[in-house]
Amino acid sequence: MAVIGVALVRLRDLFGVVMLSGLFTLTAASLYVVMDAVDVAFTEAAVGAGIATVLMLETLALTTGREKVTRRRSLAPFLMVVVTGAVLIYGTLDMPRYGDPGAPIHQHVAPRYIEESGREVGVPNIVTSVLASYRGYDTLGEVTVIFTATAGVLALIGRSRRTRRRKGSQTTGGDQDAR
Amino acid sequence: MNVLGLYNYWIVVVLMMTGFYVVIAQNNLIKKVVGLNIFQVSVFVFYISMSKVKGGTAPILDPGIQVYGNPLPHVLILTAIVVGVATMALALALVVRIRHAYGTIEEDDIDAQEEEP
Repeated sequence: MAVIGVALVRLRDLFGVVMLSGLFTLTAASLYVVMDAVDVAFTEAAVGAGIATVLMLETLALTTGREKVTRRRSLAPFLMVVVTGAVLIYGTLDMPRYGDPGAPIHQHVAPRYIEESGREVGVPNIVTSVLASYRGYDTLGEVTVIFTATAGVLALIGRSRRTRRRKGSQTTGGDQDAR
Repeated sequence: MNVLGLYNYWIVVVLMMTGFYVVIAQNNLIKKVVGLNIFQVSVFVFYISMSKVKGGTAPILDPGIQVYGNPLPHVLILTAIVVGVATMALALALVVRIRHAYGTIEEDDIDAQEEEP
């Protein structure tokens, strides 16, 4: 994944950048399978790697496929990134180890979900029962955000020109699929 | 050897800094959106890696299984992925509008056009 990331920084052809971005997300999805998050992997592969790539390609079709060639190299952003990364790595030294069953995250409410959700909700997939039942308000908030984003996209590019109207409705169609 | 158990966080930090660098150092607006996407995926990986339990399986109930991964981060990230795509659609729509208004999606060109009257 890091290799793909560096290639993304170097590449100047925007079509290639978008394709690499899709590949990056797909790699992340397979990483989720390794870490036992199968539902997340499904969603990431379908929504993250599929719909996001389609949206980006549409934007490329509406704008331009080449990045401008001038490139002033400056050291300041790179230094800033290195310093921030060093501080973050220093911050991880206090974190629980990978896969540790005694980590604080596994102590609070998660055991209750694992033990009781089968009886209380009756769905074998715990992720589904938490998403739809215990934390249904989160999903309501998610739908609100998607509605706002759809309204924003329509307001921005929906009514500018007749040719653009067609594209705008396609973009929001992608949003509704995502929901 | 104790410190090596933190490698998942280090991977996340490297990915996150790659995205951060793209956002602050690149001129092209679409590339900036891609950088934000990388940053976002790194946060997802961070959450999912926290939910992993050694020897556990996917959180789907089965009588023969005792140890499950933590389902709560999975739910949060499911929501976050969909929201992330919706906000990315909004950002790309903004890029399309900027291209209409200025005829370019390079940041320094836009700045130059802003400075001359």
